[in-house]
Amino acid sequence: MNTDRSFIVLLAATAATWFIGESGAAGAAAMTATLVLMLAKGRLVVLDFMGLRAVRGYWRLLLPGWLLFVAIVIALAFRLGHST
Amino acid sequence: MNAHSLDTTLSAPASLAAPAPEARSTPPGDLAIWFFILAELLVFAVFFAAYAFARAQDVALFNAMQDHLDRNAGGINTVLLITASWCVARAVRAVCEHGRSATGAHWLAAAIACGGGFLALKCVEYAGKFAAGISLSTNTFWMFYLSLTFFHFMHVILGLVILSILWLQTRRGGYGPGHANGLESGAAYWHMVDLVWIVLFPLVYVMR
Repeated sequence: MNTDRSFIVLLAATAATWFIGESGAAGAAAMTATLVLMLAKGRLVVLDFMGLRAVRGYWRLLLPGWLLFVAIVIALAFRLGHST
Repeated sequence: MNAHSLDTTLSAPASLAAPAPEARSTPPGDLAIWFFILAELLVFAVFFAAYAFARAQDVALFNAMQDHLDRNAGGINTVLLITASWCVARAVRAVCEHGRSATGAHWLAAAIACGGGFLALKCVEYAGKFAAGISLSTNTFWMFYLSLTFFHFMHVILGLVILSILWLQTRRGGYGPGHANGLESGAAYWHMVDLVWIVLFPLVYVMR
């Protein structure tokens, strides 16, 4: 029952993301926590909702790879913003 | 009892367990929709990178403007899209694994309701911003906020049109185990719309 378990985790991760925003947390730790939550949520959607968990090979890696790429680009840009 | 039958007898308890799902080499649905999804995700990745690097040029402005966003509405919209995605996944499972078209249609109707809720709440957000005199030319933050979220908004509308067609087809029993290519393809598109919002919400509403 991966779909139902993932749905519960996704709701909890969304609440955690919202809480980080409401707390006004900023800086490297808040950024890392937010991006980790984003990666975890995206991975569950890709594997359990899109059905890629049962797919072998590069198709299973493409979308999590996209997520990781986007997270790295965002992290780099935010670090650049805080260092200038 | 020969060696083969002995082996079969000994392994009988294991055969009572549910068979592990067989790994497949291609994703569910039509392969063309997956290339379309990849193209869409690349476009959104460029948008996300542009927003993040524009923010790096003026962090103070972006943080100050972000305070005017309704984070509660953004959070509720995230829950609505995730719930819609879950409903679509349940619909696919009901139809593809159990052959239950009526159940699948109910799940799809619930997904359409959640997607409609997303659009309604986003319209309320837009109306508030426009009433406050905010437009694309107000400053860089609002230009990105309006264009990025509206681009996603258009994808939600297209996703709802697709889900509505799938709902009609599923109600008529148009899909079932072994012949659900259209349903799986449309579901994959909807999940892509959800996936994009999962990046967009923390990037625009939360991170500072």
